[in-house]
This record gives sequence, C-alpha cells and structure tokens, in this order.
Amino acid sequence: MAKSNADLAFEAKSKIRQSAGDKALNLFFVVFILVFAVVCITPFLLVVSASFSDETMLNKLGYSIFPRQFSLDAYKLVTTAGDIPQAYIITIFTTVVGTFLSMFLTCTVSYAMSVKNFRSRTALALFIYFTMLFNGGLVSNYLLIKKFLHIDNNILVLLLPSLCNAWNILLMRNFFNGLPDSLAESAKIDGANDMFILWKIILPISKPGLATIGLFYALSYWNEWYKCLLYIDTSHSKLYTLQYLIQRILRQVNYAANLPSEAAALQGQLPTYSFRMATIVVTIGPIILLYPFLQKYFVQGLTVGSVKG
Amino acid sequence: MGAVKQKGEGRKKQKRRKDAGLIAGIRYDIRHNPYLCLLCVPTIIWFVIFAYAPLVYLLVAFKKYSATAGLWGSEWVGFKNFEAFFGSNSFYNVTFNTIFLNALFILATMFFSILIAIALSEISGKYFKKTTQSIVILPHFISWTVIAMLCEALLKTNNGFVNNILVALGFERINFYQNADVWPALLTILRIWQGAGYGSIVYLAAITGFDQEMYEAARVDGATRGQCIRYLTLPLLKTTAVMLFIMNIGKIFNGDFGMIYNLVGTNSMLYRTTDVIDTYVYRMLVESTNVGQSSAVSLWQSIMGFITVMFANWVTKKADPDSAMF
Repeated sequence: MAKSNADLAFEAKSKIRQSAGDKALNLFFVVFILVFAVVCITPFLLVVSASFSDETMLNKLGYSIFPRQFSLDAYKLVTTAGDIPQAYIITIFTTVVGTFLSMFLTCTVSYAMSVKNFRSRTALALFIYFTMLFNGGLVSNYLLIKKFLHIDNNILVLLLPSLCNAWNILLMRNFFNGLPDSLAESAKIDGANDMFILWKIILPISKPGLATIGLFYALSYWNEWYKCLLYIDTSHSKLYTLQYLIQRILRQVNYAANLPSEAAALQGQLPTYSFRMATIVVTIGPIILLYPFLQKYFVQGLTVGSVKG
Repeated sequence: MGAVKQKGEGRKKQKRRKDAGLIAGIRYDIRHNPYLCLLCVPTIIWFVIFAYAPLVYLLVAFKKYSATAGLWGSEWVGFKNFEAFFGSNSFYNVTFNTIFLNALFILATMFFSILIAIALSEISGKYFKKTTQSIVILPHFISWTVIAMLCEALLKTNNGFVNNILVALGFERINFYQNADVWPALLTILRIWQGAGYGSIVYLAAITGFDQEMYEAARVDGATRGQCIRYLTLPLLKTTAVMLFIMNIGKIFNGDFGMIYNLVGTNSMLYRTTDVIDTYVYRMLVESTNVGQSSAVSLWQSIMGFITVMFANWVTKKADPDSAMF
C-alpha cells in the first residue's frame, strides 16, 4: 500500500533533519548564542563579585567571577556615604513623577491623533514628527534653559525638558490606531465625551502599550545624567541623580589613580574599587530585578509596527 | 437609493472641507471635537516651549554672543562663526570621526542583530531560547555611565580583567586609555555588546512572521537548513534591514554623546579617533565658553542631519515606496 503524502513528507523531513550539515549549522548557532550570552552576562557577574570582595584582594589579584574574600565593606560605605541615599531619593522621585507626567502628555495627544474624525491629526503628527528631523541642538537648548526659563539648579530641569519624546508619542499613536474603532464609537453614541472614553474605555484595554511606553520613559528618567552635567553645578549637588554620581565617582578616582602616592595612601583604608562596583549594583539592581517581568511587554511593544509619520 | 446618494454627497462635501486647509481643520475640530482639542493642548504647549522655542536661539550662530548682552543685544557677525569652524583642523577630525564611528556601529550592529535573530529562530529548546534572548537584550538597558565604570574596571592596565586574560594567553598588555588606535574597534565591540541583542528583536519578529509553509515546502524539496537561510530567510529580511539601515543612515551626523563622553571623557589622548561633533560642541560650550561658534557647529550638524534624513527617505521612496518613512 502506498504511503500517504503526509507520511512521505514527514519521513523526508526527518531524513533532512539528520543530515550532517544541518547538525553542524545547528551546533554553530547554539555555540554562537551561548558565547554571546556569556559575553553579555560576564561583566554583570564580575561587578557583583567585586562588590562583595575585599579591596586588598581585588587590588592584588584583579577581578574574578566569584569573590575571593567575602566582604561587605563596600555596601557599608554605600549606605553610609550621604551622597548615594540622597541621589537614590532624587532618582526615584524623578522617575515616578516624570513617568506619570510623561504618560499623561503622551496618551492624551496620541489618542487624539488616533481618532479618525479629528481633522487636525495629520498636521499634529507633522508638528511632532518635525522635531525628530530638525532640532535646535545642544547650544540652543542650553541657552533656553539657562537664560530664558531659568530652571537650572532646580529639580524641574530633571523633569520638564524630558517630559515628551516624539518617538514614544508616535509609537503610542500606532498602538491606539490598532484598537477597534467600534468601542469608542458606541460610547460616543451613548453620549460619552472623548476624555471619558480615553480614561474609561481606551486606557484599560491598552495595558501592553502603556507598559512598553512607560518602561521607555521610566528608563530614560532612571538613566538620567546629562541634565545634571549641563544644568546642575556642584553647589547644588543634592540634586544629583544616581547615574551622574557614578560618573563623578569614576572621574574622581581616575584623578586619584593618576597620583601614585595619594592612591597608595588610600589603599587598605577605603574600598575604592569594590565601592564603585557596589554603586553599580545598587544603581542597576532595580532594572535587573524588574526586567524579567517587563521583558514581554517591550518585545510586544516594539513589534506593534513600524513608525510612520 | 436616496440614502446612498446622500451619503455619497456627504462624503464629497467632507472631502472638499478637508481640502480647505489647516485653519479650517482646526476650526472644525474646535467646534466638533472640543474635548480632543483640550487633550492636545498640554502636549502642544510642551513642544512649543521645549522643541520649537530653542530654534530661536539658533540665531546665536550668526552672532558674537555675550552673556550680558543676551540673544538680541549681541552683535551680528554673519557667517564668521562658521568660517572659523570650517577653517579649523577640528572640522575634518570631528566630522570624519562622527561619520566613521557611526558607519562602523550601524554595519556591525546590523550584522550581529541579524545573526542573533537567525540563531534564535533556528535553535530549538524553549527555555534555552528564552533565557539566552533575555540575556542578550539586557545590556541595552544599562546606561553608558555604568558601562564606562565597568570598562574602566575591565580594561585597566594593571589587573584589569581583559589584560589579565591577554597576559595569560601570552600577549602583551595593552594600555587602552593611552592608545587612541584601538578605540574605534573597542567602541564598536561595546556597541555590539550593548545594542545587537536589542536590535535582534525586530528581525526576530519579522522571521516569526514569515510563512512557515514555505520552509516546509523547501525542506521537502531537499533544501538543507543552510539553504533555507540563504535563499528564504535572508532575502525576506531584506525589507526590514533596508528600512532600519536607512533610518540609521539618517542619524549618521549625530554622534553618541552619552557613549563617547562617558567612556572617553576628558582624556585628550583619545580625541584623535573618538572626538565627535557632539562632544566637540559640548567642550566648546562649557570649557571654552565660545557660545557663538559652538552654536554654529550645532546648527551645521542639525542641517546636515536634516538633509541626510530627507535624502535617505527620498532614496527609499524610489526603491521601495512602502518602506519610506513619510
């Protein structure tokens, strides 16, 4: 009896799967992705290990995957050195408040742009898109903030200039565009106004989009250092964010390392390098902890569709 | 019948109204969509202040700016600020570095993103795939300040992780922070480390969207997996790759200030190969407080960026209208 087509196909497929070339290719991919993943993760392991290491061992033997001599000195210094807890408070504050305000400004305008009946939507999209193509650049923004708005050395400078991101607005608009029109229309017939529709109907069904854009905004506030560099001087150092503090610590130790006698005097007293690694751990810790929960959202969000102006 | 006719007429009317232009559209929306207009107002105000108002300060590029005289009181100098920049050695150096480094980043990241996407789509084992994907994306979320600190620890001449390995393998130590020649390669490697995994998401999504029956048919016809990748996956990925490539080309004049400033900082020994337009403008503004000239460089960069985006988009439109951005 002749075998059915499906059986033949199955046989052919399994025969092909076993060919040596395919196996070699598969092995190559597995090895490649493994090596790449190891390269990606190793620096993180080194940092965590170094942050728990004893400073003298670190200086003598260098970095290792496992701490050679366990020590909590670095973390003691991180929690007692006044700068870092203060920077933590500032960073958490700007991240929470900034993300909330950003989401408000982004959702409102992108919802309006997604309503088909809204005549100005194309003009509005162009108005926003143009800022991505042409902008004033560093100097113009610097002069505006320092000479006109006068919000330098103020916590507002960490929030206001970064509230909106044209790219995120267009991504959110694309997300809203993908929702069925019928929901809003039926609510409209029932007499609901647009604000009510956005708040009660659109936002509750947009959680994946909100999570993606929210994550992008939150990360941009959490990783903020540029505004501190430009607009906050040393006399207002209590406004420094965590990332900027890291940059300053790096520069300062560089400076000490260039002077051998002073650097030698420091050794054994202050856990310089393990201290720096501990700072990194407390800075990227929250990102790493939240990452597994948020990953599926931004993978979804990124593939919502390409941005079209 | 009558209803259909009416509807058709209504549509024609609507179309005519749409053609009446921007002001009419806004007037219509204020009357018919007042709440939607209200929703847009805060964001429009933000864009006016933080995206459009700075454009006024571009006038500084044509002035000899003094802080006491301010924007309007400063003296006009025409194109002197531009001439000073185009006449300096820095002009060639920073322009070349910006374009050269960005070109390296774009090509290297693209190559590795596609390779990662294909590898992830080919390997089996759900958990292995998920875990490795999570790990390769992770570096994207780490800021350059942290990466700079990591780098300093890994690249130190004495007891740095990389140099210890080099010595163990029998090579000489490399003094990374004094050797400008290794930096283009080093920055490219860091960029791959940081961005390739993240970049692979889009490609992987594209591959997952491909018609699986095509692959099955090819296999049945005796194609090896290598041939499937060569003759199916790669050609199908071309549209995505070209679109992303052109988008990146549009940004080729924008140096990555965050990356360069954090990694190189004020280490002038490395400027020869790493100084980009953005870091140059920053230094001129903050260190030498030459506001007029730094503004001129900034404006020149914005204009070149705008031209490249427009040109890139025009090329795409010619080649493949569907992938054009606007």
